[in-house]
Amino acid sequence: MTVHAELRVTRDRFRLELDLNVAPGEVVALLGPNGAGKTTALRALAGLLPLSAGHIRLDDQPWDEPPKVFVPAERRPIGVVFQDYLLFGHLTALENVAFGLRARGAHRGTARALAGDWLDRVGLADHAHTKPRELSGGQAQRVALARALATGPRLLLLDEPLAALDASTRLTVRAELGRHLADFPGHTVLVTHDPLDAMVLADRLVIVEHGRAVQHGPPAEVARHPRTDYVADLVGLNLYRGTAAGTAVTLADGGVLTVAEPASGTVHVAFPPSAVSLHPEPPSGSPRNTWQVIVTDIEQHAHTTRVRLDGTPPVLADITTATLADLRVGPGDALWAALKATEIRTYPA
Amino acid sequence: MLVVPALLGLAFLLVPLAGLLIRAPWATVPDRLFSAEVGEALRLSLVCASLATVVCLVLGIPLAWLLARGDLPGRGFLRALVTVPLVLPPVVGGVALLLVLGRRGLIGQYLDAWFGVSLPFTTAGVVVAEAFVAMPFLVISVEGALRAADPRYEEAAATLGASRWLTFRRVTLPSVMPGVVAGAVLCWARALGEFGATITFAGNFPGETTTMPLAVYLALETEPDAAIVLSIVLLLVSVGVLAGLRDRWIGGPT
Repeated sequence: MTVHAELRVTRDRFRLELDLNVAPGEVVALLGPNGAGKTTALRALAGLLPLSAGHIRLDDQPWDEPPKVFVPAERRPIGVVFQDYLLFGHLTALENVAFGLRARGAHRGTARALAGDWLDRVGLADHAHTKPRELSGGQAQRVALARALATGPRLLLLDEPLAALDASTRLTVRAELGRHLADFPGHTVLVTHDPLDAMVLADRLVIVEHGRAVQHGPPAEVARHPRTDYVADLVGLNLYRGTAAGTAVTLADGGVLTVAEPASGTVHVAFPPSAVSLHPEPPSGSPRNTWQVIVTDIEQHAHTTRVRLDGTPPVLADITTATLADLRVGPGDALWAALKATEIRTYPA
Repeated sequence: MLVVPALLGLAFLLVPLAGLLIRAPWATVPDRLFSAEVGEALRLSLVCASLATVVCLVLGIPLAWLLARGDLPGRGFLRALVTVPLVLPPVVGGVALLLVLGRRGLIGQYLDAWFGVSLPFTTAGVVVAEAFVAMPFLVISVEGALRAADPRYEEAAATLGASRWLTFRRVTLPSVMPGVVAGAVLCWARALGEFGATITFAGNFPGETTTMPLAVYLALETEPDAAIVLSIVLLLVSVGVLAGLRDRWIGGPT
């Protein structure tokens, strides 16, 4: 019940060499810069691009094993959400969702009823007869998700599913997408260049650079132990899950943070390591969040120094080399971490 | 410096048409319009042009698809070949059709021997001649629309389990419909006005192959007033086509 893929694609001067295993129910995010080969990997999994070598298998079923086997896209049990959704403009939202069911042989009535259920699940029952151009970005994204999920795919592929949305829509759509992915029993591969999307939505990250995986593992693990400067910059994000009540967020693994925007319920809070300042004594003045931390590791990067700190909560801090010299600390030393409430972003989970 | 030649050009295009209206024998127009010969020629023209358009749609849309999407070598050359009838003098087209489909022609001799079918000098021959001349209009229009359409929609349909044929019918064709309609109307208008290939391949038999343009030509020798009336009818049909296309074609996409 696992997707095994050894993706080998050679095109012009670009080579993709990526191994991927996805367990049922698991969400794997391919994270990397534009041009790293993420979308190529996705297209190969979808059957829109044949492999040059390697294989793609679901359990023991081969989907692509050059030169012998190639199952074209229309015969793979997949669902794809494209970056700009590619909803069919001449069909209504309902007909878009029903399209895959009809194509796979469902009767008109059955397909429309099922499509209606799916629109209901994504909260768009009222927009069944709306044409895509009259939908907002967030609504179009949800129709695209419903269309991809309606056929009951074994493998769900998401290509930058949130990239086309504006910042405010993005928050709510991301939270909704997270819930649908949690309910989805099949395998999910998500492609994104946004570390926050990847860390919030995925169970496992695969960092792709120049067509190769440079690191993989659970998001927290990758963030704690970035193997290269590139990964450190990319996923250098303090990210926690917690419960918000007003401006106070109680973190799931201990600690309380004060945030600027009031919220309620389960949330993600995130702030960059550069927002954390370190002090030898409890700082006075404006920072709303101060807590005691112990230095566990110090890592030199090109322009900054990343300090890994244990405490409630544990935190990453980027400081300048000059500050490091002033503090004169090493692993095991105790410090105070300070963080302004305005530096913390809160996202509904 | 540009206004004078521009106005001259405009006059050059419009004055002959105005002359047609000025010299029309208006007193006898209704009688002539509803005379048997005019009615017969008009009906034959409309039927043949419509049938030719259907033939062009059935053969031309797949051809346009092949040119736009097909993965074949020498596609540019093939596209150039398809447009040859566009610039070919129609009478040459008629001669070519005779050589191939005539009773002794390359293919015509077998049509005659095996099926007893002979196309030249029949109504079916008119349709063949018109389709030959008019098809490039449809192919070019549809191919342009296909090339402008985003092929990723077809990929999206494939990931939803749609076969190539279903994708073509439910996704590709609807998205290029404006191009198909515009192409079909141009194709129909060209077929309606077809003269050279028709008279060469199908001859001039009243009621069978005498379409409006042929009737105009015939009438000009014997009965000039009738030729003017027939011409006005064709002019009105052309203006009607332009008016119908205005939104889709001349004004650009709406």
